[in-house]
Amino acid sequence: MNLLTFIILAILMVGSAVAVVIHPSPVYSALSLVVVMSLLAVYFLFLNAHVVGALQIIVYAGAVMVLFLFVIMLLNLQTDSRETQQSEMKMSAGILCAVLIGELIFLLGGGGGRLELQTSQQQLPEGFGTMQALSERLFTDFVLPFEITSVLLLVAAVGAVVLARRQA
Amino acid sequence: MAKRGGKYSLFSSFPFSIFPFLRFSLRRAESETMVPTHYHLILSAILFTIGTMGVLRRRNTIIIFMSVELMLNAVNLSFVALAQHWGSMDGQLIVFFVMAVAAAEAAVGLAIILMVFRTKETVNADELNLMRG
Repeated sequence: MNLLTFIILAILMVGSAVAVVIHPSPVYSALSLVVVMSLLAVYFLFLNAHVVGALQIIVYAGAVMVLFLFVIMLLNLQTDSRETQQSEMKMSAGILCAVLIGELIFLLGGGGGRLELQTSQQQLPEGFGTMQALSERLFTDFVLPFEITSVLLLVAAVGAVVLARRQA
Repeated sequence: MAKRGGKYSLFSSFPFSIFPFLRFSLRRAESETMVPTHYHLILSAILFTIGTMGVLRRRNTIIIFMSVELMLNAVNLSFVALAQHWGSMDGQLIVFFVMAVAAAEAAVGLAIILMVFRTKETVNADELNLMRG
């Protein structure tokens, strides 16, 4: 990934993320979030994360956001006029997030020399980010979280059906 | 990039069959300098903070939920960037699990919002104050 690609992707991503948070209509927010997730998938492909990039489209943009849009349309949410918080809460939220972003940029940008992320140009292992590499780790060292995640998904599916059905 | 001088295996060519233009740009990028990892982490922090702003400022429950998903995606980006930095697949594995858990959480959370909407006819978080003492 070169710098120009990164800057273009970053600007588009931050713009769409701001649109998610600011836009008054929930449908446009959801569609902006789909844009963010698709751009993140492209990002992952540039970062040698092929399986994760494909899964981002399939799971996040293709299932989770479709679920969001279904719910928005089911509830028939309109653009809410009395939408945002009272002004003192808005201001303190803004100050809090300004402090947070300043702190994070300072810390992750080098931390005043404390964060030792030496830019190592080390060769990535052959087949990094492919399905084989992911499965090798997933089914040997991480098989217990994998099985627990499958139980979690089952519980979530059953729970969502039980919660959302019409009371007979 | 990972495939310096190596052959493309069947599985690793999977995204290139869907996005054929990437093959061209990834080969060209091999000779150019890579973006330092700090940049990826800072972008992830910016997305995370935008999500936090959304959670704190908006009162529509569904948009709060979408801001939480945005925060989760920012953390996923951070994990993938660090996985590439250290050449370890564990970061991408964690992203795999985060995606699964986020999908489960989205399903259950939206079901809860549906139930709340059925009784109170609103999704505005200010009006959901039954438990206020």
